[in-house]
Amino acid sequence: MYDIYTETSLRYDPDRCINCRRCTQVCPHAVFTEGPDRAELARPSACMECGACALNCPVQAITVQSGVGCAWAMIAAALRGKDMDTESSCGGNDGSCCG
Amino acid sequence: MDGREETGPRCSCLPGPQAQSCCGSTGSAPAEEVRTATSRITLANRLDHLLARWGWNREGHRVEPGLYRLSRPAADSPVFASANYTLSFDALRSALVGVDAWILVLDTKGINVWCAAGKGTFGTDELVRRIRAAGLESVVSHRKIIVPQLGAPGIAAPEVARRSGFAVEYGPVRARDLPEYLKTHTAIPAMRRVEFPIADRIVLAPVELVLALPMFLAAIVLWYLAGPVAALAAASAILTGTVLFPILLPFVPTRDFSTKGLILGAIVALPFAFSFGTSPALPSWAAALSAVTVLLIMPAVVAYLALNFTGSSTFTSRTGVKKEIFRYVPVMAVMVVAGLLAGIALGASRLMGVI
Ligand code: SF4
Ligand code: SF4
Repeated sequence: MYDIYTETSLRYDPDRCINCRRCTQVCPHAVFTEGPDRAELARPSACMECGACALNCPVQAITVQSGVGCAWAMIAAALRGKDMDTESSCGGNDGSCCG
Repeated sequence: MDGREETGPRCSCLPGPQAQSCCGSTGSAPAEEVRTATSRITLANRLDHLLARWGWNREGHRVEPGLYRLSRPAADSPVFASANYTLSFDALRSALVGVDAWILVLDTKGINVWCAAGKGTFGTDELVRRIRAAGLESVVSHRKIIVPQLGAPGIAAPEVARRSGFAVEYGPVRARDLPEYLKTHTAIPAMRRVEFPIADRIVLAPVELVLALPMFLAAIVLWYLAGPVAALAAASAILTGTVLFPILLPFVPTRDFSTKGLILGAIVALPFAFSFGTSPALPSWAAALSAVTVLLIMPAVVAYLALNFTGSSTFTSRTGVKKEIFRYVPVMAVMVVAGLLAGIALGASRLMGVI
């Protein structure tokens, strides 16, 4: 209850993993940890969908719909009649987040 | 973000114009000039950082993209990638005191590494382009480039290797961990984690506040319409949502930002509701309605501002934020509309002399 962030679009196919450990290096929230034979999905609900793991996995064992979790940008896109998922962009001239 | 004017040459590390080329003979590649940087942070740099923190000239805090030499790098010295935002570049060079290194600055339009990676300007294409433009393969004898970990959402390391021949090594999240990292070129788990400590949250407060300035106009209007206490309530709600919320973020229960905001807003609304509800100048029904108005509007306003802080936080996923918007924005809207209707009813009663 009151934790909407448990579900994410992160999907991991351990059978493909060649244990290069790249995902454990790029993930800022330790979602993946090193395992003996392959990476382990240790904290899936901590994923912020930054996309770093999927982009850097050499064998496409990971997929995620990456994007910026910024309500301001998504609401602004929705108000302009644009798609919240693909047409919201953070920052810019009047963005509230990019410092 | 497109169509922005590039600012002129203004490297933050050197006071004067940086026309001098210091590394002209780098083989046959038609390499761009190599600029010089130091690890020293000057007073002017500190002023620039302060202005950036306050959101002054948001996209003007830039360094020239391209290759820089830090101290006296040789062909076997490490290469670091950075963004052309002064705070990113300065954090890197000041962390590398006593290190001879090359710094390859990508053109991220004056945006920090993390945000630029999300936008794709700190990305594979730009990195490969800069490696080529600098003629990096003839500047250094190795084929490795150390990229900040927070740039990873924009960089596909396998593709960079394929296209440029350079292997990407992800350095730690924070530049200040670089000296430790460079001893072994491995990061301990803590160096790989993004935290959101109080210092980082407080640093965001000035920009949040500056962006909220127009909202204070509403408070001034309320002063005339409903008196100083109502104006103070409005200002309190805005300050709570923009400054207090980020500071108290981890201490407010629930994980959803909206519910955190509702809770915090209700707490801040209580004294105002009490003040209105016990006002001897109002008949009891009007006092009660005033209190309800405050309890409806203030938490909703704080919750909305809190929800908008998701983009500044370092851990909210898009899937989650989207769900939050669909679940809570209607609730906030209903609260505000109901509160406004109550407020209008009170105002009309006052005009008609009922209260
Ligand atoms: S990056 Fe891909 S292959 Fe490498 S450890 Fe992670 S899942 Fe496995
Ligand atoms: S998308 Fe980002 S936060 Fe999520 S698991 Fe991958 S690297 Fe970690």
